[in-house]
Amino acid sequence: MTVLRVIAVLLTGFFVGLTLEGIARKIMARVQRRYGPPWYQNFIDVFKALSKRGISHGWIFDFGILMALGGVIATLAFVPLGDLVAFPGLDNIFIIVYLFAVGALGMAMGMVGSGNPNASIGVARALTQMLGYEVPYLVAIAGVLYYYKTSSVSGLMMAQQDTWTLFKMPIGGIVAFISLLGMLGKKPFDTPIAPAEIASGPMVELSAKYMGLLMLMHTFSIFVEISLFVDIFLGISNYLTFLLKFTVVWIIATLISAVLPRFRIEQVVKFYWKVPLSLAFVQVLFVLLGWVF
Amino acid sequence: MSTNERSIWEKIADQLRSKSLWMLHYCTGCGAIELPPSMTSRFDMERFGMGPMATPRQADILFITGYLSAKTLRRVIYTYEQMPEPKYVIGFGSCTLNGGIYYDSYATINRLDYYIPVDLYIAGCMPRPEALLEAFNELMRMIRKGEANGWKRYKENYEWYKQNQLRSLGEVFIHDEFHE
Ligand code: SF4
Repeated sequence: MTVLRVIAVLLTGFFVGLTLEGIARKIMARVQRRYGPPWYQNFIDVFKALSKRGISHGWIFDFGILMALGGVIATLAFVPLGDLVAFPGLDNIFIIVYLFAVGALGMAMGMVGSGNPNASIGVARALTQMLGYEVPYLVAIAGVLYYYKTSSVSGLMMAQQDTWTLFKMPIGGIVAFISLLGMLGKKPFDTPIAPAEIASGPMVELSAKYMGLLMLMHTFSIFVEISLFVDIFLGISNYLTFLLKFTVVWIIATLISAVLPRFRIEQVVKFYWKVPLSLAFVQVLFVLLGWVF
Repeated sequence: MSTNERSIWEKIADQLRSKSLWMLHYCTGCGAIELPPSMTSRFDMERFGMGPMATPRQADILFITGYLSAKTLRRVIYTYEQMPEPKYVIGFGSCTLNGGIYYDSYATINRLDYYIPVDLYIAGCMPRPEALLEAFNELMRMIRKGEANGWKRYKENYEWYKQNQLRSLGEVFIHDEFHE
């Protein structure tokens, strides 16, 4: 049964993730008054990338990419998708946050292993940005954990019987959403991959099947990040309502990113440590004072 | 011809490749100005699954917009050899075809086809975005039919291409702080 549930989670991540990325491109195109690519464009892109013949840059590079993809897949297996929980009882938020770092570090290692300076700049920017959004995110989440006295993600979801956490702690919800934009690498926080400045940053030396694997990794990590937000803040959901909420969050993030320009990296960190971080502290204060609706 | 034989897998892959073409544009010529309108709202090339890519490692098409001086030709050859196979080259404008208005210049090359294998030329000085989209559709058709195999020609006739490159450039090696 566990194996079946893991497979179901991963297949959902693959199909829904890639479809929604295609839909995001379509929405982006419509915002710019274009026709846009078909919704299945990202499937074609991934399979095309896998079908090409690229070169490797040594075993650190190969290993880093496998570690990135494997780490993110392992993380995804722990994330509850509504009532579809692959490992019931083990979906602790700390497990997920720690496992998620394996993927990010694998990517950093592989990309720096390619030896291209643009890749190193991109990785440095990605890790700096992570420092920016993780702090307000974890402070806001800490408030939620303290209030519900549990750290299991499905426990947090089931604790929202009366109303959604988003309405109980609106400030924390907003902080988590802004941090989510940074995790997804959506504009204005797409500094690490800025194609016009540093030639897509970390991905600069990836060819062919490596690119395909990294696109899959990107899809899965989007799935992990948004799923956590939906589970913790958007109330109790079964599998279908979960996907619905997921789609809505993803579309809102896409719409925001379609109209904004890009921050420089120090502006990203300054912004995160000024506005969301102070808001997160305010929220924690409210929780400690018992001002929760 | 033996180069045209494809396995079933290659045929399926070619269908996919024709629907997702990522493009690296080498925009030193004046024709580059026709690219923004074809990419943005007016002509919207993303509806064919095409898009710009920032690095040669991920590009399928190398798009040469116009004249190439001997100095830039070295970079083009480097870039072309870095792209993963299968790769396609489009020569845009008369300058890549026969030298265009720079046919007697001491600093530019006349025929791009001597140095790297070109799959498709777009004639004109400069061609309109309509011609560009027409060319992309033609390239997609060629890829689906398995006719766009310039990259195989480059491998088979590598000696010949190298000779031409050496004749015009002296050496292909680039001396600057980025390439040593
Ligand atoms: S063909 Fe005409 S437009 Fe194109 S690069 Fe040459 S001179 Fe410029």
